[in-house]
Amino acid sequence: MTEKKVIEMKDVWVRYGNQIILEAVNLDLDKPGGLLGIIGPNGGGKTTFLKILLGLLEPYRGSVKLFGKTPEKSRDLVGYVPQYKGFDYDFPISVWEVVLTGRLSHAGFLKRYGQEDKGAALKALETVEMLEFKDRQIGQLSGGQRQRVLIARALASHPKLLLLDEPDSGLDPHMQDELYRLLGRLKKDMAIVMVTHDLSAVSVYVDKIACLNRKLHYHNSKEIPVEDLEATYQCPVELIAHGIPHRVLGRHKN
Amino acid sequence: MFELLQYSFIQNALAASVLASIACGIIGVYVVVKKIVFISGGIAHASFGGIGLGYYLGINPMYGVLPFSLLSALVMGTVSKKSKIPEDSVIGILWSFGMAIGIILVNLTPGYASDLMTYLFGNILTVPRLDLYLMLGLDIIILGTVCLFYKEFLALCFDEEFTTVQGLPTQKLYLLLLCIIALTIVVLIKVVGIILVIALLTIPATLSRQFTHNLKKMMLISTLFGGLISIAGIGLSYAFDLPSGATIILVLSLVYGLVSFVKGRLDSRGFGSGSRA
Repeated sequence: MTEKKVIEMKDVWVRYGNQIILEAVNLDLDKPGGLLGIIGPNGGGKTTFLKILLGLLEPYRGSVKLFGKTPEKSRDLVGYVPQYKGFDYDFPISVWEVVLTGRLSHAGFLKRYGQEDKGAALKALETVEMLEFKDRQIGQLSGGQRQRVLIARALASHPKLLLLDEPDSGLDPHMQDELYRLLGRLKKDMAIVMVTHDLSAVSVYVDKIACLNRKLHYHNSKEIPVEDLEATYQCPVELIAHGIPHRVLGRHKN
Repeated sequence: MFELLQYSFIQNALAASVLASIACGIIGVYVVVKKIVFISGGIAHASFGGIGLGYYLGINPMYGVLPFSLLSALVMGTVSKKSKIPEDSVIGILWSFGMAIGIILVNLTPGYASDLMTYLFGNILTVPRLDLYLMLGLDIIILGTVCLFYKEFLALCFDEEFTTVQGLPTQKLYLLLLCIIALTIVVLIKVVGIILVIALLTIPATLSRQFTHNLKKMMLISTLFGGLISIAGIGLSYAFDLPSGATIILVLSLVYGLVSFVKGRLDSRGFGSGSRA
């Protein structure tokens, strides 16, 4: 299992009507751990990219393999954290019930959640430091706490690959930092792919960076050539790396 | 008051309102939290085609409406998700299509369509015993399905995409939920009629939401509300000789307005805020 590549995308194209959303995307991720940050502007195909990995969308050209299998067949190895803003937070559901839904595929049809499921949910809540809020209704939490609950839900199924859709949007810098530290701890046990439109997300905890705007610029490293960044955002970009002990952007050639 | 209970039609009416409030109390909560009020209304109205079919075939219209409502649930659930045109437009089209079939079939049936109005507007005071058994059977199926699929339905309503990613057949679960809603509509037809069914599916559940943040408690509270208010409505309709279905809906709406108003006042004064358990 471990020798299989975590993600293997070959020449993936996605079209919506006449519009091309993803163009010739290639991505190889072979290490079982680490955090890949994918940055790109809104409308650059980030959510589509994740939906391809989740098997919710089919590319019209190209192939996608996760752990050597199709995305649909590898769902038990993948944890998904959607954007927390899209929810109805008045929904009558508690933190505990939300996290348990991460065990649905393990619990099986027509059965109640078993001891193993409850144990996994408890541990996931402990990992994100939200255990004390277990009985709260989901609407009675702050944005950062809701984000943590959604991460716990994804962790409850013990994934080998964790996909996050803009987990940092709408969080204040302090909460963002806490989130990155959490991901920094988790990346030892699983591969993490995080998409974001926030350039400041390129923090110390990110191991590799790719830029996505219809095309994916990825060099298997943490440095982004400025040309890539500018091609992605289609405007001159200057990144101020605050207190980061390494170089994020490559030097200008001249 | 109590001598009224000796009449068998009153006993039947009370039994029917209890059976109806169980179905609408439980299923109405799903309709409200999943925000599928419109598609539920569509299924209810399209089911009128089944009433017409019953008249045309000369059978009890309740047996016509049962398969027809299930069929319209399946068609609406499938077409609205797969079609390229917006979901609400699809529902609107099928909604009136089903009703049109019903009207044509009733028209083609020779003779006068007696008690057609009871299917459109309900008349709980004329529920025959046989219909009560049908309602009881449907209640058992509804309750059984909800018990079996409780955790799946909860996940589906909260986050359909995540449930799909978990590997669950969400489209089939959604269709199952719509079928259960269709059965609930059949249970409710005799009480308030096809036109007013949607009120029983939404008002008690929305009311219960003001008191709790727990799905199971919502179901319990909304069943109690539905039952008590239906019985009160029957009493009023008998006392003032008003149509029972409309009276029940009127009482429901007034209670909803009153509770919301009082609760809003209390919350704004700092009482009871965050008191939903």
